[in-house]
Amino acid sequence: MNGNAPTQRPAQAPGVFAAVGLPPIIWLLALFLAPLAVIWAYSFGENRTLVDIAITGNWANYARALKPLYLAILMKSLGFAALTTLICFILGLPVALAISFASPRGKLLLLLAVMLPFWTNLLVRTYALMAILRTEGLINAGLGAVWNALAVPLDADPFTPLPLINNNFAVVLGLVYVHLPFMVLPLYAALDRLDRSLIEASLDLGAGHLATLWRVVVPLALPGIVSGVIITFIPALGAYLTPDLLGGTSSQMIANVIERQFRSANDWPFGAALSFLLMYMTFAALLLQAFIRRRSEAAR
Amino acid sequence: MPEVSRRALGGLAIALALEGCSRRWPKGANGEEQRLNFYNWDTYTGETTLADFEAATGIEVTMSHYGNNDELFARLRAGNPGYDVIVPSNEFVTRLQISGMLSPLDHARLPNKANLAPQFVDVPYDPGRRWSMPYTWLALGIGYRKSRVDGVPDSWKWVLDSDRYSGRIGLLAEGDDLIRLGAKYLGHSVNGVTPAIMEQVTQMLIRQKRHVKLFHHDEGQDLLAAGEIDLVVEYNGDIAQVMAEDDDLDFVVPREGTLLNSDCLCIPAGAPRPDNAHRFINFLLDATVGAGIADTIRYPTPNGAALALMPADYRDNRAIFPAGPGMERSEYGRFRSIGHIRAVEEAITRVMAA
Repeated sequence: MNGNAPTQRPAQAPGVFAAVGLPPIIWLLALFLAPLAVIWAYSFGENRTLVDIAITGNWANYARALKPLYLAILMKSLGFAALTTLICFILGLPVALAISFASPRGKLLLLLAVMLPFWTNLLVRTYALMAILRTEGLINAGLGAVWNALAVPLDADPFTPLPLINNNFAVVLGLVYVHLPFMVLPLYAALDRLDRSLIEASLDLGAGHLATLWRVVVPLALPGIVSGVIITFIPALGAYLTPDLLGGTSSQMIANVIERQFRSANDWPFGAALSFLLMYMTFAALLLQAFIRRRSEAAR
Repeated sequence: MPEVSRRALGGLAIALALEGCSRRWPKGANGEEQRLNFYNWDTYTGETTLADFEAATGIEVTMSHYGNNDELFARLRAGNPGYDVIVPSNEFVTRLQISGMLSPLDHARLPNKANLAPQFVDVPYDPGRRWSMPYTWLALGIGYRKSRVDGVPDSWKWVLDSDRYSGRIGLLAEGDDLIRLGAKYLGHSVNGVTPAIMEQVTQMLIRQKRHVKLFHHDEGQDLLAAGEIDLVVEYNGDIAQVMAEDDDLDFVVPREGTLLNSDCLCIPAGAPRPDNAHRFINFLLDATVGAGIADTIRYPTPNGAALALMPADYRDNRAIFPAGPGMERSEYGRFRSIGHIRAVEEAITRVMAA
């Protein structure tokens, strides 16, 4: 290492800064912001022919996107996403607590167990869920075998398969399954940093375990909880594959409508407007997160 | 293992980096590289078709798959990424052609055109066959499980307007097809859907929805074979594939008539190897090659010479070649307009949201 180098500040080494900083900046501009800008422009356009879109600068697509039909679908998607996030939080908090209190080796194994499904493609995982849930799937076949073994001596009715797939239950189950790691990891990160002596103090001073959880752990872990809620909620809101494959006749979410605009409807301007409605909501959620974080930091 | 739908898995298929390959390809006598990119539906060639073509010509075929015409259109919309031959359905032949996305066929290079059955030589959606050669034809109908259905469900009523088989019905998720079949059931032409008829069909589908178990993306034959549903709106060839493995399944074209389609071989505009593409299309129109394809995919062939080579269990198969009053009332669909597509999609969004 050069003896003088460590004393140089970035401003004194613009060449190094450019070499390190430029590729990601170009990447961000060319592959993220530029395409996004194109789609944003489309949202103010209209179809001239099957393939030509004229950017006319009018708000007709947004006006159409705000019609009751599409608002109702958006509301339903918000409902699915909110329920998913709530269930993920209820399931994820004990899991994150357990991981943060585990031995170092246990932590590693438990975190691996949480991460492991991520290494499998979403589509493959969803097809696996379908194989488990379908009428002739693993759960119904297993229950049916047990039921029929018991039913013959008891003279009961034959087994009727449970409706586990192609309904809203299956959609929420699928969304929770897919998004649980998004909740567990930020919760774990927040809980792991927690000062354990505060929990001991609360318990010593007579608070029960639940009271300690709600009045000490949750407030201290609030930024982590907010992060977890937001990064679970946003992808759940835009879920496409899960409602498409596991859903029934009333499981349409907003992403399914957007997909149809780009494919069968061939209406990219309207699809772009619907996409950007989702995008605006995402920005709003991130602003909210920043606001909550700032307030909780100010309170300290 | 059951045949996977030619349309179901296409969504998974990602076109490989078609032109970015660093491999050097030898040039053929026509000055083109000895290769060809074929963009096709899944399970839609014979078992040895591509290998036979390579053996005959030295041209290596790379096949990738799409799941529906919309996917094909969306991919070509931004410019041809390097495909030489594609297989759009008849309405999309029109859509691609009026959008300038097809290149015309040179009939002099397609002598096997003579093998086509007479009714496929000249067609309303492509007068004189300037842009397309027929590969298969398809009829939508009802696939059903005989032991779970009373008699033959030979009316759209049983899937579109009745609670008799409540919870055991699967409908196709293609909005345009659903609306047109509904119109057909109500006694209208598939090409005569007015806003009033569309509204009527939409209301009927909204009423019927609680009896429908699911909307499928052309994997209806698998759901039927798995026992998930007992009646399904599907294409004849898809049901014929699963009928070969399960005697309890059958197929009927309802008596009100149905929507016919024909998948066609086309050369997209900007195809890098147009002469190879012509040779490949001509090869597929060969009698023996056509028979090999028909034998695998179980779709009706428009190739008269190929049909003559097929055994009776194909030619007389009533799922592959439906007959009866329904077929006489059936029609090919025509592409209408952008505004019509938009109205159809909004109608189907309403059905799904209801």
